[in-house]
Amino acid sequence: MNPIDTIEAGDLKQGLPRLDPGDTVRVHVKVKETSVKEEKGGKAKETERERVQVFEGIIIGLRGSGARATMTVRKVSFGQGVERIFPLHSKTIEKIEVMKRAKVRRAKLYYLRDRKGKASRMKEKRDNA
Amino acid sequence: MAVSGIIAKKVGMTQVYAADGQAIPATVLEAGPCVVVQRKVKQSNGNRKDGYSAVQLGLVENRKTKRVSKAMLGHFKKADVPPCRVLREFRVDEGAEVKVGDKVSVAIFAQGDTVEITGTSKGKGFQGVVKRHHFRGGAATHGSMFHRAPGSIGASAFPSRVVKGMRAAGHMGSDRVTVKNLEVVRVDAEKNLMVVRGSVPGSAGGYVVINKRK
Repeated sequence: MNPIDTIEAGDLKQGLPRLDPGDTVRVHVKVKETSVKEEKGGKAKETERERVQVFEGIIIGLRGSGARATMTVRKVSFGQGVERIFPLHSKTIEKIEVMKRAKVRRAKLYYLRDRKGKASRMKEKRDNA
Repeated sequence: MAVSGIIAKKVGMTQVYAADGQAIPATVLEAGPCVVVQRKVKQSNGNRKDGYSAVQLGLVENRKTKRVSKAMLGHFKKADVPPCRVLREFRVDEGAEVKVGDKVSVAIFAQGDTVEITGTSKGKGFQGVVKRHHFRGGAATHGSMFHRAPGSIGASAFPSRVVKGMRAAGHMGSDRVTVKNLEVVRVDAEKNLMVVRGSVPGSAGGYVVINKRK
């Protein structure tokens, strides 16, 4: 095995679903929050809390291989397009669920950025897998 | 082990994840195993010998004996070590207990250590002043006829010469470069691999020297 693969092997996540451009996914991301609470005597106490946030959108591109692989997920939130790039093997990603698959004809769906509403609909792919 | 450095080969870059999930840009190095080929001593039996105390380390690789000169073959035979392609000296203390034939491995480094890495930077060939010395150059358009030239390099009658050290076009790269304060992220002593945070001089496959921070 090439030495870089050896190093990356430890970081690779097992059991990732098959991901393709056009898939609608729900990404469960761990978010750390620190809240400062004032206690008696004027002392401030910092508490760190971890919770899971869900980001649902369409994969418009997959990039890289091994532990460096990332995906770009796009969603339209309150009429505003939002894109997030997730490192697939990051520990901050708890789970990726594939909700829907779509039939697409290219690897990068950047054309969706210029489309709104009805024009950004996609043909659903139903596979038996 | 008294030797605080090792010879390594740069494998390439990747990223690794820290315990908190942060992605760290990292360079993978194949470090060692090295052997002590020669011990340089300041004095022996009261007589000045090498004049300084050091060890000569050789990086153990499979090198064909056929390709080694007879003189060097004798040098390796004396130490009873396999022929090495790369030899580098590392300073050690006068009284350090290091014998010829001793092995040095990546195990001398641990996760969290800070190291210095010395290598030869990538060669850029003959380059102009804009790339080599970050001169700003002139405007590309609007009738400008001054683009990437160096401009004035001094006055006229006085001093009637160009002062020494004037930055000019010339060969760039292929220099000996040391990067200090690199953090060791991972060490795999079994596979002789080491991962440091950040970049290391030279191209993949190049030889570098790793030293513990002084």
